[in-house]
Amino acid sequence: MFGLPIGHISVLLLIPVFGAALLVLVPHRQTQTLFSLATLASGLDFLWSVKIFALFDGATGEMQLVERAPWMPSFGIQYLVGIDGISLFLVLLTTLLVPVAILASWSVKERVKEYLIFMLLLETGMLGAFVALDLFLFYVFWEVMLVPMYFLIGVWGGTRRIYAALKFVVYTMTGSLLMLVAIIYLATRHAQVEQALTFDVLKLYDLRLPFDQQLWLFLAFALSFAIKVPLFPFHTWLPDAHVEAPTAGSVILAGVLLKLGTYGFLRFAIPLFPDAAMAAAPIIVALAVIGIIYGALVAMMQSDIKKLVAYSSVSHLGFVMLGLFALNLQGIQGSVYQMLNHGLSTGALFLLVGMIYDRRHTRLISEFGGLWKQLPIFSAMLMVITLSSIGLPGLNGFIGEFLILLGSFSARPLWTAAATTGVILGAIYMLWMYRRVIFGPLVNAANGKLSDLNLREIGLLVPIVFFVVLMGIYPTPFLHRMAPAVELTLKRIQSAVAAPVALNHRTGMIPTNHER
Amino acid sequence: MNVNFLPLLPAVQVLLTALIVLIRDLFISEREPRGYLAFISLLGIGLAVAESLALWGGQQGAFDDTLMLDNFALYFALIFLIAAALTILSSIQYLRLTAIHEGEFYALVLFATVGMMIMAAANDLLVFFLGLETMSIAVYVLTGMWRSSERATEAAMKYFFIGAFATGFLLYGIALIYGATGSTHLNVIADALVEQPSQWPAYLIGGGFLLLVGFAFKVGAVPFHFWVPDVYEGAPTPVTGFMAVAVKAAAFAAWARVLLHKLSALDSDWVFPLWLIAIGTMTLGNLLALTQSSVKRMLAYSSIAHAGYLLIAIVVGEEWGGLPLLFYVASYALMTVGAFAVLTSVADGDGPNENYASFAGLGFKRPFLGLAMSIFMLSLAGFPPLAGFVGKFYVFRGAVLSGYIGLAIVGVLNSLLSVVYYLRVIVAMYMEEGGVDGKSFRQAPYVYVAIALALVGTIYLGVLPASALDWSRIAFASLE
Repeated sequence: MFGLPIGHISVLLLIPVFGAALLVLVPHRQTQTLFSLATLASGLDFLWSVKIFALFDGATGEMQLVERAPWMPSFGIQYLVGIDGISLFLVLLTTLLVPVAILASWSVKERVKEYLIFMLLLETGMLGAFVALDLFLFYVFWEVMLVPMYFLIGVWGGTRRIYAALKFVVYTMTGSLLMLVAIIYLATRHAQVEQALTFDVLKLYDLRLPFDQQLWLFLAFALSFAIKVPLFPFHTWLPDAHVEAPTAGSVILAGVLLKLGTYGFLRFAIPLFPDAAMAAAPIIVALAVIGIIYGALVAMMQSDIKKLVAYSSVSHLGFVMLGLFALNLQGIQGSVYQMLNHGLSTGALFLLVGMIYDRRHTRLISEFGGLWKQLPIFSAMLMVITLSSIGLPGLNGFIGEFLILLGSFSARPLWTAAATTGVILGAIYMLWMYRRVIFGPLVNAANGKLSDLNLREIGLLVPIVFFVVLMGIYPTPFLHRMAPAVELTLKRIQSAVAAPVALNHRTGMIPTNHER
Repeated sequence: MNVNFLPLLPAVQVLLTALIVLIRDLFISEREPRGYLAFISLLGIGLAVAESLALWGGQQGAFDDTLMLDNFALYFALIFLIAAALTILSSIQYLRLTAIHEGEFYALVLFATVGMMIMAAANDLLVFFLGLETMSIAVYVLTGMWRSSERATEAAMKYFFIGAFATGFLLYGIALIYGATGSTHLNVIADALVEQPSQWPAYLIGGGFLLLVGFAFKVGAVPFHFWVPDVYEGAPTPVTGFMAVAVKAAAFAAWARVLLHKLSALDSDWVFPLWLIAIGTMTLGNLLALTQSSVKRMLAYSSIAHAGYLLIAIVVGEEWGGLPLLFYVASYALMTVGAFAVLTSVADGDGPNENYASFAGLGFKRPFLGLAMSIFMLSLAGFPPLAGFVGKFYVFRGAVLSGYIGLAIVGVLNSLLSVVYYLRVIVAMYMEEGGVDGKSFRQAPYVYVAIALALVGTIYLGVLPASALDWSRIAFASLE
């Protein structure tokens, strides 16, 4: 690229960093310039990701646009990034949601400069975690993300922001630090068995460890990802973080950060330790189903709309986990699709909640009612997103949930049946919330003075609604590009499970022959 | 006898600079400014750095090889020199505010540095002891130099007594080892230890343990850490930074050469107690740091915790622990000296302003100080891509490689604990209002130079650690 030894993905990662560096130079008071620059940088990054989408070859499941550079060569650590049909769409989701979140932050009045810098750094962190193919590099991005998010919640959040921010960091780090030990151990074992020191995940896929080692490593990885997802019972940080975070923080948190957990399972935990993943699948599926139903029930009981949306995430991400651990094509494809759906619809829900909060400075359902006449555009937008969230056929949510249930049913019919009640509960709490907020007579006089969405706000929601509809009626271009990557992942898992464990437990020095 | 004086060059360079500063100081009348003494000191340090870099790669012994100037000694010499330079830069304004006598202060910092350089190069227990005492006495005085501060006087007294106590352990240990092997020369001792362990007299192992206890005192390892918080809190802040970084690094340098390398035959005897000490040091250091309300005291406990992480590298042993130990010392030095420099400029040279509350709102009032402190705190907590993370990564990697997975897990869980109190500083700086703003330091450029240098180093070692890792490996490999 540009005569420099950097490729498309590096540019993708660097654009927000350069944007942040430019923002440093702009004086504090010029908020307009700051917002414009940040929007420009993130918008440019979105366009760049569209270019990557255009370059992407949908016919293969292998990594594409791979870039490799030595970082700490004597320790096998390299800068290794690449993209496949799974990460491609998550990258697009990220680059779409960040400019939207930045545009949604115009209500932020204080310390705008720092806010926008953290937003852009967060974008690089998230994108880096999606494209990193070296475990060390992945870990770096995974942790780097925490810092800007910590500041976004802690500085610009609600009243209990400091508590929520600390809880978010401590929960996430508990998992990730154990994962760090597991990463080191995994690379060490690889070095012993294959005589090659590397953190390259594509090479580590081929390492076949005995079951008990796999299990420990899987647990360490899974804990880290399960906290991020969040899988029941590791979800308790989520309502706090969501409720206290500023609107844009919630959008990014729900839209992208949670997906890093499920992505981590799909990219790392499952294919690296397939035997352990198979063995742990029943427990994870059980937790996922509990999460689906529990999240839905708790969401139903919430009086605060934002908390309701937060708990609905626990429920929806339960579906994603259910699909992943069906370990078949439909299930995993449905999961990846549902990750995108959840990112779009929950992101939009948080935006809408933020918009109504900016007007009324409350999020209590009981304060609203009868908004349809006062805020027709808002009501229509909320309707579309609500229907997308509950999986109405014709909108995106249906495709994802259907594929997940299809895949999961062939693997575990009973659990799937239980999970299906989650779909019904989802419809109940969302529609009930909608009825109480939008329909009925306008009883609260304070709502009589509210103004409808302005052009900027409509402009934020339009791209999301566009994708919600597009992905609902024409999923083929998405599924088509995902399929080869998902198939390749499945092939890795299956061939690994089929092959005998190639090394002895104690010695670990028996050479392996990979004649696959 | 043919004596090669070349290995003494960097240390003598610093010693001469100290003498020049001390003598020049005598001829400046009370009212004249003596700030330029700092720059004479810095010049001397700069020359010593250049000489150390020029000597890098060589391996020369002096005085019958009782002093070995190998890459290991040079690596640590560079750390001591950089720490001394940053300490001097961050003390210039502080000394004016507290009316500590400048000339003697700089000279003492330089004398202490000479002692440290001798400690890192010592290949004989008596030469090591010589270096240790040169360093210790200078630092005792530095601690108590702020004569109008009661805290400082108390700290100096305490430090002196505890130091004397630790010295006693070390001397007794040296005596017993001399009794068992007939020499204080480390090469001779190492040769003697090659013999059958069953033939070792019991007091040899006893001597080894006494050395261990002496070192444990010096690095502030649990349960020999009681002096650390009080002394660190009482000493003038730049001196605290110097102690936390350079004195600790010197003790670890000697520990690495004497116990980890030359007396490694005794490994099996002390690996278990060391394992316990490492876990205790990390855990207690972090737990107590959590409960502090003073940032200075928190940093004191955090320095205990970091000694614990370094002890992991010691437990792990020469093969997998050497490189991480050296790299960690370098990264720890940069981020800690930086954190103390920020504290110096925030606290206005004044005791009560060292609390978390003094940092409230600093991030927006003084963006550079806030950013720098955030990065030092995040690095100390082990966030990538900063020096502290890379250091911890290699320490834990060493532990995993040598089979101490439990130790690595205790280590990472301790890092988690430490996140809580390091982030509290950031909470205060960015999420709370009020506090002080270090008025007196607004016009003091040098402390900012020190902070900026430490900041650049902390980020550089985190983002591009490859060359520093190579240096660490080469340095540790040069021990023969």
